[in-house]
Amino acid sequence: MNVVKALGRLWLVPVALVAWEVVTRVAEQPFFPPPSAILARMYELWFSGPPSHLLLTDGALADLGPSLARLFTGWLVTAVIGIAAGIAIGCSPRLSDYVDPLIQFGRAVPPPLLVPFFLALLKLGTPAQLATIVFGVIWPILLNTIDGARTVDRQHLETARIFGFSAAQRLWQVILPSAMPKIFAGLRLALSLALILMVIAEIFAGTDGIGYRLLYTQRSYLYPDMWGCIVLLGLLGYLLNSAFLLVERRVLAWHRGARQTT
Amino acid sequence: MLEITDLVHSYGSHRVLGGVSFSVAEGELVSVVGPSGCGKSTLLRSVAGLIRPSGGRITLGGEPVERTPDNLAIVFQDYSRSLFPWMSAANNVALPLRRKGMDRRRRREAAMTALEQVGLADAGGKFPWEMSGGMQQRVSIARALAYRPSLLLMDEPFGSVDAQTREDLEDLVLNVCAHHGITILLITHDIDESVYVGDRVIVLTRSPTRVAADLEIGLGRSRDQIATRQLDAFVRLRAEVGRLVRGGHTTTPASVLEKH
Ligand SMILES: Nc1ncnc2c1ncn2[C@@H]1O[C@H](COP(=O)(O)OP(=O)(O)O)[C@@H](O)[C@H]1O
Ligand SMILES: [Mg+2]
Repeated sequence: MNVVKALGRLWLVPVALVAWEVVTRVAEQPFFPPPSAILARMYELWFSGPPSHLLLTDGALADLGPSLARLFTGWLVTAVIGIAAGIAIGCSPRLSDYVDPLIQFGRAVPPPLLVPFFLALLKLGTPAQLATIVFGVIWPILLNTIDGARTVDRQHLETARIFGFSAAQRLWQVILPSAMPKIFAGLRLALSLALILMVIAEIFAGTDGIGYRLLYTQRSYLYPDMWGCIVLLGLLGYLLNSAFLLVERRVLAWHRGARQTT
Repeated sequence: MLEITDLVHSYGSHRVLGGVSFSVAEGELVSVVGPSGCGKSTLLRSVAGLIRPSGGRITLGGEPVERTPDNLAIVFQDYSRSLFPWMSAANNVALPLRRKGMDRRRRREAAMTALEQVGLADAGGKFPWEMSGGMQQRVSIARALAYRPSLLLMDEPFGSVDAQTREDLEDLVLNVCAHHGITILLITHDIDESVYVGDRVIVLTRSPTRVAADLEIGLGRSRDQIATRQLDAFVRLRAEVGRLVRGGHTTTPASVLEKH
């Protein structure tokens, strides 16, 4: 039943693809190659490798490897910093009064604007790219964690007090789990932001990766290749989000259950 | 063991407690009854050290209560927020026992025993949101029992469960008090219940709240939901408490009912 329903909802995808194909073939603009040409290029560039490499070519490993490494390193480092700082700030009203204006200002700065600054400050390549990702991605994680830590149910905190929980118990068994739904919402937003910033960082400050490849193909008038990069990035974003949702559903099973019954 | 003297508390300019004094002896089950909004929860939270009262003295085992005392457990009124929804029932019960220096296996055993006592032997693996309100309140009681407190505070613990569960839980509490030697202070707005479970009943006035009467119940410890409620003494006491809660005065000879 579910499969049938899902297929029923997917009918628009082939229709859109066919329409796209027809329009681009009729228009014959080199800037807008037909999807069949894009897919053919994507296959050649990335997905015609040996089965032992999951069909990925060396080109795919060279383009995607550094990009994904950057994306995940940036995202994970930021998650650790953001959650730790967010819990500390959320649990201390005084600290939160002090840093709140800074946070409001920091998150209002569009992260790409800082690329030139990071380039001047740090080395071209990974350090500047990571700095861009960390700076852009930290805000949703930090703000959501602060909010989560601040809104722990009073009765849960009182229970911890009555039963004499240690500070570690309070943190790991009460505050973090309560804040987890909000932290996950922040992490998910951060993941999609990290993808965008990864591309931007590679375009402005890169020598390899999928973003750099995008810039290179555009400058060399390789339009099917350029479109291939765009489609690949779209697929990557979709896959990352789906994988994240899968993990979230497991970790927050209690939260969904609790919400359905109350 | 618990001594409350001239307890006063105001929220802003709203005086809730206007000088409450009574004491609870070791091993006693004292019920506190009063109209809703008269400050029963406030009284309990002061004893638990969760709020600092505006005035008066509370001592527990001779020591003034300044922070949350050790060896004290609470069963809160609002069962839906009293357990941690991200943990199974067994883990909810076992978690506070870490403090007692028990290893994982002994904590687990103690949790299972306590769950058995409240009639939830098979529900240890369930999550709070998979249980009815009555079951959640039982888990909350099991958590308090496993902790083996010297003083157990209960804030309208059966206010939101069905009649049958309520009777079972009342008998459970009587049982616990008799067999584990735990001192219990139980708050309720239900007149019938206060008489049924209490060794003594403290009746509170409307706010600013004072003690209207301190009645010795004297029905003995073995009580029965039907037989006890039919006793002449029970019926008389219930009527008496009812009049007091409504703001009347004692009509039966004070020497029989009043302790002070
Ligand atoms: N945190 C609070 N701030 C202000 N007023 C409160 C607070 N808690 C309780 N009150 C007020 O104090 C009175 C007594 O409350 P409470 O102790 O909960 O009564 P009870 O448990 O007897 O129903 C009520 O009028 C209530 O509105
Ligand atoms: Mg109350």
